[in-house]
Amino acid sequence: MPGSAATLAIDDLRVAFLPRGAREACRLVTAVRGVSLRVDPRECLGLVGESGSGKTQIFLAALGLLPPNSAATGRVRFQGEDLLGETSGRLNRVRGSRASMIFQDPMTSLTPHLKVGVQIAESLVCHEGVSWRDAERAALGMLERVSVPEAARRMRQYPHELSGGLRQRVTIGMSLICKPALLIADEPTTALDVTLQAQIIELLRSMRTEIGMSLVLISHDLAVVGQLAERIAVMYGGRIVECGPARQILHAPRHPYTAGLLECTPDLTRPVIGRMPTLGGQPPSAGTQIEGCAFAPRCPRAAERCRVERPPLETAAGCPESTVACHFPLTA
Amino acid sequence: MLRYFLIRLAGAIPTLFAVVTIAFFLVHAAPGGPFDQEQTLTPEIQANLQRAYGLDQPIWTQYTRYVAGLARGNFGPSFKYKDFSVTELIADGFPVTLELGTLAMALALAMGVPLGTWAALRRDSVGDHATMALSVAGIAVPSFVLLPFLGLVFGIRLHWLPVAGWEPLSVAHLLLPVVALTLPPLGVITRLTRANMLEVLRSPYIRTARAKGLSLRAILLRHALRPALLPVASYLAPAAASIMTGSLVVESIAGLPGIGRYMVQGALNRDYTLVLGMVVIYSTLLIVLGLLVDLLYAWLDPRVRLHA
Amino acid sequence: MSVLAAEAWRRLRTGKAMGALWVTALILAFTLLGPLLNPNGIEAIDWSHVASSPSLTGAHWFGTDRLGRDLFARTLEGTRVSLAVGLLASAVSLVFGIGYGAVAGYAGGRTDHLMMRIIETLSGLPLIFFVIFMTVLFGRNEYVLFGSIGAVGWLTMARIVRGQTMSVRRREFIEAAVVGGARSGRIIWRHIVPNVIGPVIAYATLTVPQIIMLESFLSFLGLGIQEPHASLGTLIAEGAGEMEAAPWMLLIPGAFLAALLVALNVLGDALRDALDTGDA
Repeated sequence: MPGSAATLAIDDLRVAFLPRGAREACRLVTAVRGVSLRVDPRECLGLVGESGSGKTQIFLAALGLLPPNSAATGRVRFQGEDLLGETSGRLNRVRGSRASMIFQDPMTSLTPHLKVGVQIAESLVCHEGVSWRDAERAALGMLERVSVPEAARRMRQYPHELSGGLRQRVTIGMSLICKPALLIADEPTTALDVTLQAQIIELLRSMRTEIGMSLVLISHDLAVVGQLAERIAVMYGGRIVECGPARQILHAPRHPYTAGLLECTPDLTRPVIGRMPTLGGQPPSAGTQIEGCAFAPRCPRAAERCRVERPPLETAAGCPESTVACHFPLTA
Repeated sequence: MLRYFLIRLAGAIPTLFAVVTIAFFLVHAAPGGPFDQEQTLTPEIQANLQRAYGLDQPIWTQYTRYVAGLARGNFGPSFKYKDFSVTELIADGFPVTLELGTLAMALALAMGVPLGTWAALRRDSVGDHATMALSVAGIAVPSFVLLPFLGLVFGIRLHWLPVAGWEPLSVAHLLLPVVALTLPPLGVITRLTRANMLEVLRSPYIRTARAKGLSLRAILLRHALRPALLPVASYLAPAAASIMTGSLVVESIAGLPGIGRYMVQGALNRDYTLVLGMVVIYSTLLIVLGLLVDLLYAWLDPRVRLHA
Repeated sequence: MSVLAAEAWRRLRTGKAMGALWVTALILAFTLLGPLLNPNGIEAIDWSHVASSPSLTGAHWFGTDRLGRDLFARTLEGTRVSLAVGLLASAVSLVFGIGYGAVAGYAGGRTDHLMMRIIETLSGLPLIFFVIFMTVLFGRNEYVLFGSIGAVGWLTMARIVRGQTMSVRRREFIEAAVVGGARSGRIIWRHIVPNVIGPVIAYATLTVPQIIMLESFLSFLGLGIQEPHASLGTLIAEGAGEMEAAPWMLLIPGAFLAALLVALNVLGDALRDALDTGDA
């Protein structure tokens, strides 16, 4: 029964920012323009989009981590509990214990003056009320499970004494110490070089089966998401434009934007002949009003209708598990 | 850590030496001498006095004698307060000045950091604006205006507190001078804390801490406070200097028996040894404080390496 | 540049900054125009009114002191003197600081290291004592006062200029000038100094109240401006002595000093925020 049993269900979420100094509501900048998403238990959902498409903001809003000059409307249900608009006291019972989030840059997202061991252990102390001693023992075990060599020594080190790859392993260990039902990984490999990327993806894969959690993998890179995700949602201009099983998205995309992204993804198994293809033009900035389809200005298939009428997200023809928002979708 | 401290302390000796040397020659280069104003003295007595204090010797001899004395912890005799050595004068007054200064510094820190943090959390609220306005006033209004004003209000008009005077262990006598000395550094510390707390609260690691579901208390105390305090730590030495400066006037206005008054009196009287003693004491204090600030810095930010 | 100036002006026109600007302008106008409204001289002694309290209908608007001198005239004179000392000594520290900081920042390397060590050592010392020394020992006249205060005020200025210079130095137009064969002195004067002037002006605005405070402090101790001239510091010192019998002698000059210092501080802060364009 999808829906009722979903780990995370997001319904018509909208996120807007009021730039500092602007008093009038007309200068509101909309980052997310009505997004609905579902993450089932033990499922891995990939969320793909260019930077600025609003993909991170969805989950910041869901966990109540948006900055103070912003507002979110809609509905977010996590394991049957409403999260949106909840007090930070109630959110704190969910954040870090049942739903965790890790961020792109492991250099800046760890507190510089605290030892790594303390940063991992403190979640356990906070959420499960265990003693610092026991929590640090558990943290040591966790560091070993995320394959940090010489874990006992690393426990006493500061983040700046660790390499980038180790730091990301630490943040992953930190987010999993309370065995959450959901992990949101926001561009976990972007700041790392290619060999480390593969290792981190492998780590996420094994930890996911070990803990039995749902995973949301946010990335601008379809290739990264394709390695783990069972379902993929593609975002453009603050909306989801296509969502479906990973196989279909990667091999038979319906939306011209997804197809464009795929063309730009280098296939390392084949030599590149000539120039790398790129998507021409610029994505819309978060503030602009969009009449029709946000992708129309860059779309090779756009017609007059696309510029005036926004296509709704509908079940794709010939593939009942997928949805697409396009007047002229590609066919398989 | 101890080794670093000792090495740095040894490194401070040349600085102190340079200060003593410059001050010594400045004082002696000035026109006038310690016994000029005592006109009743016959030339013979003057000469005898000069000889008794070694002032008839060449300046180099005087200098080496003074430095040799200092090395043994002897500040020499006071020229004006006959019968007293500078060491005795300083030993008498220093505890009062130290108590005053330490209280002011402790109060400024204990109030400024929470106040600045609170203002940062309530950014752009009425409370925030009021706190900032008060701290500007605190920075701008000097203690020698504030203290007489406070004395006028609380002493002369309301009769709540004594206007001046000193009794050992009396809070009432210390209260107004301490408040007058506290407000300027309090204003600066509040502003510094607020500005840096705002910066730190925007940083990605605070977002991580929030994503971990930590309470506001844990986020502030464990994750935000130390980085936000870095600029406050580097302000401590200037704050101490400003409190020392303030104590020069505050002690004389409030009639406290500290060593602050000796500085101006000593300079006016050409009491060479007293003035030099004051310079040595205050410079040493500032140098030691600077060292402590370095250690504090290393604790606040482990990326700072201590190397001598 | 004019676009930047316009942007800075727009940012400056916030309530607080404009309020501070008005207060400063008002005090300035008052000190300059006040003597025209008031027939009483600065040193004139009115034996029929000794230590009389302020009255707006009487002959002495702010009252008189123990010697029967008009406090209105003396407060205006004191404010004028304090402002003048503040501006002049700030100018001294500005020239010193720009010269030292620009050379250190431009030279870089060892020269810079040594020059900054000197600054660090100096700022770790109780420099106020040296100012007291200088004023006590070498005669209490205005030149010694300007010189010694200015000599203390330049330290922070030099640091700011150095920091700005180091960031400007790496920019392309400096490289172009170096490649073009310009001499170092010319590069510093023609290219570096004009480009660091924004933050420097903002800091200079903050230096003025600091120096006014220092001057009042010295005058309060009897080491600054000497009788029969008055600065706000000497007036406050006199007032503090007469606090019980004649509180206005403390309150009026105290209020002037406080208002002036608050206004200049707020103005300096606003100027710093406005000129902080973020790309320098």
